[in-house]
Amino acid sequence: MENFTPLSASIGGLLIGSAAALLLWLNGRIAGISGIVSGAVEGHGTPRGWRWMFLGGLVVGALAALMIGEQPLAGVTGVSGPLVITAGLLVGFGTRLGSGCTSGHGVCGLARFSLRSLAATLTFMLAGALTVFVVRHVLGG
Amino acid sequence: MRQVNLRMLAALAAGALFGIGLVVSQMTSPAKVLAFLDVAGAWDPSLALVMGAALLVTIPAFRVILGQGRPLLDESFHLPVKQSLDARLLTGAALFGIGWGLAGFCPGPAVAALGSGQSDPWLFVFGLLVGGWVAGRMPSRG
Repeated sequence: MENFTPLSASIGGLLIGSAAALLLWLNGRIAGISGIVSGAVEGHGTPRGWRWMFLGGLVVGALAALMIGEQPLAGVTGVSGPLVITAGLLVGFGTRLGSGCTSGHGVCGLARFSLRSLAATLTFMLAGALTVFVVRHVLGG
Repeated sequence: MRQVNLRMLAALAAGALFGIGLVVSQMTSPAKVLAFLDVAGAWDPSLALVMGAALLVTIPAFRVILGQGRPLLDESFHLPVKQSLDARLLTGAALFGIGWGLAGFCPGPAVAALGSGQSDPWLFVFGLLVGGWVAGRMPSRG
């Protein structure tokens, strides 16, 4: 556990939770990134403007934070390009089918005590851990 | 009209705060996320603490906010309506988890890292859009 960073994790988590609370308080919207992305790009007959603004804020906020605090491994997966695209395909397909990702189910859904979000969160955590186990400890690496 | 503009500003501010939180918690670094998922290796529990700290805010805040009846800048809340634990939900979550474990990216950190100067977030988001588009064309019952 030598890489455990409890202070930055807690502060970052509080900021993420505050952002989700802010969006619900002002706009009445759930800060689920997968849904915001697909709604921004594809529309689904709902307003798209606020979604693009949120995503723009996400990129700019992160960029500003990255410029202030050095983080050399930000955005680096360490795996091949085709595998990154494959991972994206699975995440895009899965979050659409399962109506959410880490933010929508894990941060917002759990806060509403949604049974669907609890089931989804446990499922993607388990699937993620199993995948890493297979890649790192079964297939070797 | 004024309220619509304020909603845009609110979304921008919430997004920026969210992005700062992702960078501060280092969730924009896939290695950090994979270290959390690697329970049999050098396990790093940071991600659990990120989610826990976020919930520490959202659980009480959502309770108070939803108790207000309506948001400040809109007529009503826009909340998910589905209640059932169906195969779509669990299959989708499992596929998402597999993709998450392969590269260490989930949608938020990948989008936030688009400005990091790396190519991986762009490749991932490209896959994300295509995968979502395909899933959106699946029949909703079957």
